[in-house]
Order: sequence, then C-alpha cells, then structure tokens
Amino acid sequence: MVQFSRHSVFRMIGGALLASAMALPAAAQQAGSATLDAIRARGTLICGVNAGLAGFAQPDSQGVWRGFDVDYCRAVAVALFNDASKVRYVPTTAQNRFTALQSGEVDMLSRNTTLTLSRDTSLGFDFPAISFYDGQGFMVKTSLGVRTARELDGATICVQPGTTTEQNLTDWSRANRVRFTPVVIERLEDLVNAFVAGRCDAFTTDVSGLAATRAVQARPADYTILPDVISKEPLGPLVRHGDQRFSDLVRWIHFGLVAAEEFGITAANVQEAAASDARPEVQRMLGKNGDLGRMLGVDNVWLVNVLRATGNYGEMFDRSLTPIGIQRGPNALWTTPGGLQYAPPFR
Amino acid sequence: MSDATVDPRFRRKPPKRPLRLSWADERIRGIVWQVLVVGVIGSIIYWLWSNTVHNLEVRRIATGFGFLNREAGLPIAEHLIPYDPTDTYLRALTVGVLNTLKVAVVGIVLATILGTTIGIMRLSKNFLVSKIAGFYVEVIRDLPLLLQLLFWYTVMQGLPGPRQSMNPVEGVFLSNRGLLMPALQWEGAHTAAVLASVAGIVLAWLYGRSARAKQMADGQPRRIWPAAVALILGLPIAVWLALGAPWTISWPALRGFNFRGGMSISPEYAALLIGLVTYTAGFIAEVVRAGILSVNTGQWEAAQALGLRSGSVLRLIVLPQALRVIIPPMTSNYLNLTKNSSLAVAIGYQDIVSIANTTLNQTGQAIEGIAIIMAVYLTISLSISLFMNWYNARIALVER
Repeated sequence: MVQFSRHSVFRMIGGALLASAMALPAAAQQAGSATLDAIRARGTLICGVNAGLAGFAQPDSQGVWRGFDVDYCRAVAVALFNDASKVRYVPTTAQNRFTALQSGEVDMLSRNTTLTLSRDTSLGFDFPAISFYDGQGFMVKTSLGVRTARELDGATICVQPGTTTEQNLTDWSRANRVRFTPVVIERLEDLVNAFVAGRCDAFTTDVSGLAATRAVQARPADYTILPDVISKEPLGPLVRHGDQRFSDLVRWIHFGLVAAEEFGITAANVQEAAASDARPEVQRMLGKNGDLGRMLGVDNVWLVNVLRATGNYGEMFDRSLTPIGIQRGPNALWTTPGGLQYAPPFR
Repeated sequence: MSDATVDPRFRRKPPKRPLRLSWADERIRGIVWQVLVVGVIGSIIYWLWSNTVHNLEVRRIATGFGFLNREAGLPIAEHLIPYDPTDTYLRALTVGVLNTLKVAVVGIVLATILGTTIGIMRLSKNFLVSKIAGFYVEVIRDLPLLLQLLFWYTVMQGLPGPRQSMNPVEGVFLSNRGLLMPALQWEGAHTAAVLASVAGIVLAWLYGRSARAKQMADGQPRRIWPAAVALILGLPIAVWLALGAPWTISWPALRGFNFRGGMSISPEYAALLIGLVTYTAGFIAEVVRAGILSVNTGQWEAAQALGLRSGSVLRLIVLPQALRVIIPPMTSNYLNLTKNSSLAVAIGYQDIVSIANTTLNQTGQAIEGIAIIMAVYLTISLSISLFMNWYNARIALVER
C-alpha cells in the first residue's frame, strides 16, 4: 500500500485544480473586444489551422505555413499590426479544434470548418464569413471501377471523427439505403494512409479536401473523385461568440478581399489604386476617404496593407487552390454565373 | 494484521484531557489547520466551479447531460450490443465502454499468460531460451507503446486486400479487412448451454471443496475429475440436446466490397490487442521473474528434499509464496493496460475515449464528455483494484 504524505496529496490536488482553471482563462471571459485587447497586448495573433491539408494550411519545406486558410490568419495580423509574420499557428485536429477556441488557446480558427446552426449557437461560436463554399464527396481508387456513390453499398469508408462529414455520411446512407462499415481515425494523415493502403474502399470528406489529398499522392490518376456531392459545406473562419468587434473585423477582411477582386485591385496595383483610383467606393475601402478602417478599430489603410500582403480573394485562390485542381465553381464572384462570393457595400 | 498482533498495553485508551482553547494545545492546533486546509480547498473548488459556470453562460455554451438522449448519428464499426446511428449518444457511449472492456479483459488475460511464460522462460537454465526472453523484455519495454501500436496497425494494413485475401483453411480469410472465421449461428439454446456450463463450473468447485474437506478428515484422496467433467461438459451438452441441438454455421463469403457472414476480428482491434498484450507482457514477465526469485532457494531445496516433483514444487511451495510478491505490481500492470487502451484513438478502434471525443465535439460539451471518460476509467480501474486487493488479501500470509 502506497502512502502519500498529506503534503504531496494536497499538492497533487492543487495542481489538478490549477490545471483545470487555466483551461478557462479569466482574460477571455468578458464581452466586448477582449480578444482584440489580448492580441494587441501579446503582439501576435494565435491562429488555429489544419495540421496539414495541401492548399489550405501546410508548412512548406522551410517550415513557413502556407495556404488559403493561412492567408486569412495573415490578413488579420496585417490589419492589426501591418506585419504578416505576427501570427503563431497552432495545428489543430478535427476533434480538438473547438476546445482550443472555446478555452482561449487560439484567438480564431481558420480551418475548413462547416457553418451549422448548432455550432453557431450551443457551441458558443460565431462564423463571421464564408470563405469557401464546399460540399462532401467520395474518393475511390480508380481500379475499383465505381462510378457513383450509390454503388458503394457494403463498402468500408474512411471518415474523420467529430466532423459534419461523419454525420452527413450516416444521414446519406440512411436516406439512400447504402450500408457501410466506418473506419474512424482522428489524424487526417493516418486516415489517408489507411485509405491508400486499402483498408477502406472509399474516403469521404469535403471535395476540396479530396482534391488536396489526391494532388499530393504519388500518382493522382490512381484515384477518382466521384461526381456525387452529398452535402452543403460552407467553410469559414470562426471566433468565440460574444466578441463582436473581433468578429466584425474578420468578417470585413473577407469582404474586403472579395470586393478588391470585384474592383480589380491586386497586390501589384493596390498602392497605385490607393493613390489615384477615382471610384468613390474604392477610395473609401482603401482609406483615402472616410474612416471605415477606424470604425473597425484598425488603421484606416488596413485594406491596402492586407492586399499588399495576401492579394485579393481571387489571387489567394489562384495561388493556393488552383494548383491542386480545385475549380472556382461556387466560389467565383457573384458577377459570374453560379458564383456565390459577394461583398456588401463599403459605406 | 489481525487484532491478536496488537500489544495489549495499547488496547487501553489514553485518559481524556479537556480541550484548552490555546495554541499550545495540540488538538486545537490540529483542528485549526484542518479547518484552514478544508476551507482553502473548498473555496478553490467553489471558485473553479463558479468561474466555469460563468464562462459557459457568457459564451452561451450548452451545459448538462441532456444531450445523452439525443440521436448520435455517428457510425460505429464494432459493437457488442446492437447499434445504429439513429440510436442515442447514451447508447453510443455504452458501446464505447463495452469496446474498452472487450480489449481490456481479453488483453489482461492474454498478457498474463504471455508475461508469465516469458518470465519463467527468462529463468530457464537453457541459454537460448533465457536469452530470447531477456531480449524480448528489453526491446519491448524500451519502445513507446504508441509507436508499437502504429507499427502493428501498419503491419495489418500491409495485408492483401479482400479480393486477394489469404485463405489458409476452408472458411478462414485473412486480409486488410481483418480475420474472418466461420461462426456458429447463435440461438437461445447456446445461451442456455453457456449458462449450464457456468453452473457446472460452480457445482464442480463446490464438489471439489467438499471432497478436499473429506480428504482432510480421513486422509483418503478422492477422484474429482470424473464428476467435474460430467458437470462442466456433460451438463451443457445435455441442455443443448434437450433444446433441439441447433447447429448452423455461418460461413464468411466475399460479396461486393467486403465479406459477409461469419465472425471477424478487425485490424484495429487486432493491432490494439497485440500491441497492448506484447507491451504489458514485457512488464509482467519481470514481475513474475522477480516474484519467483524472491522465494528463498532454501524453499526449493527443502521441497525437493521432501521428494516433491518439480511441478509440485512450483505449484505447492514456490508459487503461493511468489504470488504475494507478484500480485500488487501485477495490479498496476492491469491498470496500465486498461488505461493504455485509450491510445486506440490513434489507430481508429472506437473505444470510450474515441466515442466520447466525437460526442463532445459534436455537442460542444467538453466538460461533460471528459467527465464521462473519467468516470468510466475510474470505475473500471477501481473495480480491478478492488478485485486484486481482495485476491491479495486472500493469498496473503496469514499471521497468527
């Protein structure tokens, strides 16, 4: 029988209590712009990203994070500090992302997360914007000879736990009477390895994620993405509920990126446009007229800085997602047929 | 251990002294310190609790266990009880607990057998046998368990696909979808037979006990085994025959993407079980070796001098003494195996941690989810501890 001294028992209890107290820091609890204050005091933005998804968030060979979702983190850092390097990236899994944001471990998540009613309400989050319209699909080995998802009856399907993907899959299988055996692995890399090794017949996630996975395989032609899209997956950055100032800033950064594409303002010509573009809305956006930036609580030329660092929405898309074979599709501007990306007036 | 060992001088209570309200009084000092400590801990707990509740309210995060009755919608590959994604979170979590128990119970039994074998092997006088056992222990103990689990899972994935599966014996298939075997179509008669066999074991045990008591009384050894065989094997067979002797075998067959029919052991379960058993067996081997070595050589020699055979020496003299040393660290190893089974998350075996994690992710109720995981492990671990402590007390040296 092991006997602890009283002292050590109390120290253990105290340690456990302290550890659980730190999970909910007092700094992040008040309404208002506590997040912005904390970020400014710290001097860096802490951004939760995917642990590794080609095109969206992945460290390059020098260990620098790159991708479409990463650019949103950089844009927020530029708007606040005019310095895209003032971001600390925290890789998160599908399962730990929400706890990381709830507990204040990260300031925001920019991590292919689907907007749903329950996440917006009972999880205590806000989705400021939809940065990418996606849908769930299936990928199979081309050699399997499967043409549509309906043919997958009896198959083993690889799926990440704790995602809307998992629930969509069960909803879809029930509606279409397709029986399946799940293989549920938390880390995306391990899951993809299991799929590639043949543990599963099909791999399901958002179509963008399938394209990203397919692009990094040794022989992408060995894999086929089935035409069926079984769900709507509006993806976007998310922040804690109750911090409207921060939520507003993230929302209008997204709108600024979209509006800049609409007005043809790019990383290359933004300086010139800020100086000489005669369109009144462009002048307001870029801070030559009015004080829209100050209303957001940042520098009036915030959008000039952002665009110089990341380019507009279209440039971000072309840089990160076009190379891995993702089409603009619903993510084209609203001025293109079928496009959904739309920015409200800058006024 | 018992009252008899207490010195009679200490049986008398010391004379009671009236409390003096002074710092110099040892009892008053004791009370003050205890009130202080309890008060501080109480207020820390209160502060943590109210802070958490406040934060949850501010962020509009739902609380409570109401979600348990909502539809789970999460798919689970392996379940011991019927389960469908339309079932509730409560049922999904129950499936998770049973999956944890399935790997823990089987793992403990197998690890004990393997560990004991290797521990005895390491004591062998045969050079090769003892070195192989020593090599096994040193290698297995030195590698992180997670690494070993991932290794076994990768090995499983390296097996051929279902359409090229290995088929060593008629009806047995080995592929990266698992090990498929023919299975008995389970019916009520089989459950009855199993219950009859359990009853048979109990009756055989009682019979053996009374036979031993009689032997103690008159010194006549009695044959137990004919009655034991009749009770343990004959009784269930008789019950099964009486209920119509149903005997249908379900054969696994490749249909479409996967095998249908038969029974299967999934690669995830197999990898987790093999990983846990081989890892824990390395520790158990050392515990067993230490236990046997702790028995004085004099005991071996004395037993041999009495003319006992080596098997009897081990069974009657050495093991009863070694077990006293073995049981307490063995309990720790059983607890470790059970807790280590939570690494299942990494290789996709849906145990309680995996399912509770998914639940807390989908409902957003992290505190409740973690509380459920803690309660489950605490219950399992305390049950193991209680049982092992009871067993330890039973085999402990009875001092008089």
